[in-house]
Amino acid sequence: MIELKNISKTFGDRNVLNKVSFTFESGKTNLVIGESGSGKTTLLKIMVGLHQPDIGEVYYNNRSFTGSSDKEKQFIRKEIGMLFQGGALFDSQTLEENVAFPLDMFTNLTKKEKTDRVNFCLERVNLEGRNKLYPAELSGGMKKRAALARAIANHPKYLFCDEPNSGLDPKTSLVIDDLIKVITEDYNITTVVITHDMNSVMEIGDNIMLLYKGNMWWKGNKQEVLTTDNKEMLDFIYASEFMKQLMPKK
Amino acid sequence: MKLLYHIGNYFLLLKRVFSKPQKYSVYYRQILLEIDSLGIGSLGLIAIISVFMGGVITIQSAYNFNSPFIPLYAIGLGTRESIVLEFSPTIISLILAGKVGSNISSEIGTMRITEQIDALEIMGINSASYLIFPKIVAAVFINPFLVIISMFLGVFGGYIMGIATGACSSYEYIFGIQTLFVPFNIYYSLTKTVVFAFIITSVAAYQGYYTKGGALEVGKASTRSVVYNSILILIANLVITEIMLVG
Repeated sequence: MIELKNISKTFGDRNVLNKVSFTFESGKTNLVIGESGSGKTTLLKIMVGLHQPDIGEVYYNNRSFTGSSDKEKQFIRKEIGMLFQGGALFDSQTLEENVAFPLDMFTNLTKKEKTDRVNFCLERVNLEGRNKLYPAELSGGMKKRAALARAIANHPKYLFCDEPNSGLDPKTSLVIDDLIKVITEDYNITTVVITHDMNSVMEIGDNIMLLYKGNMWWKGNKQEVLTTDNKEMLDFIYASEFMKQLMPKK
Repeated sequence: MKLLYHIGNYFLLLKRVFSKPQKYSVYYRQILLEIDSLGIGSLGLIAIISVFMGGVITIQSAYNFNSPFIPLYAIGLGTRESIVLEFSPTIISLILAGKVGSNISSEIGTMRITEQIDALEIMGINSASYLIFPKIVAAVFINPFLVIISMFLGVFGGYIMGIATGACSSYEYIFGIQTLFVPFNIYYSLTKTVVFAFIITSVAAYQGYYTKGGALEVGKASTRSVVYNSILILIANLVITEIMLVG
């Protein structure tokens, strides 16, 4: 479980996040949605410690993250897996080296144990047999899946996904979404997905937060998305003229 | 003020670079890879430049020593001194500042803008130490060997050109390179090389590590790294020479 308490962040005179509080539940796919510039990525960066909030606290299973020392932060970070928007795979390493990287750094597994784990993770994301490929040789969807394999290699308790579907076709997006959901449920991970993809919202949204102009504006699940009368949420879902025609009449 | 900010930030980065490595076996492997990439990968360029420069220095020496009062073995002596004291440690380091320095800053800069450094940090890895420490250690270790090879090839290039152009005989050249040899000069030269290697890798890594923006900024960081490295190498050259040869 990850708790946000009154997170605020300002860049210069721009207030990006304003007293955001929320609880991300374990074993569920938690979604942070909102239009571009609403503060989603900043919130994610605060949660993983790449930005420091002006005020507020992030708790990982009741352990304070923002107020902890560098050593304590490093300890918590070892429990985190992250899927970056662009994959952030290490260019100079093959797929198997990328996936094995957290195992090399933080475990004392034997070579065989590492190979088995790498193969298992690659198989989990349907990339078996691609061990020796370099990131430059992969398609966008394969990169995301490889990054997901690396993120889960060291048995994370928390999984963060920054716009996992950006740049992917709807079919590949669904594959990625499905993988995230299955992995979350199978390993009881606390997963946080930053997205503005409505397919993802309806597919995997167990616990959803809408960020609007830096504020926590709406929360619910994928069923409640369809019945809400929150104006900003409706504007987000039914953004295009075509979608507006599909809006249920009340 | 901006200069002071960068100097302070540079030393703060070095503090992170030289903090305790997270896993020695991984660092050891990285150092070997960097020795191959930064050192062995530069060997061809250094060999070509050294042979040709040695030849040119010999021809220029012969041209300038064209006097009945100067013995012909002075050509070998002059070539050796030029190569050992200045060409191999300083000019080769300036060339490496261009080749290796720009390579380091663009590699780390690209890792920064593609979030690979963020990925390391989120995994709980000291990215500065993991990325920069092996490069510094590798360059400080391998560059003296490169410079020794450069000295040998430079003197050899001079020998070939001396004979080929008829500037001096084989005996005169070999006698010249053995005459008035001061072993301390090699020590001085290698000391400079080690300092230059540290400057090249750390300054280039600093430029890359704090890159912000996109591909354009990576290019700018790479250019900055070559410019600052060149200036710092020349300043360090002056200071070390003053301390070791005069002071």
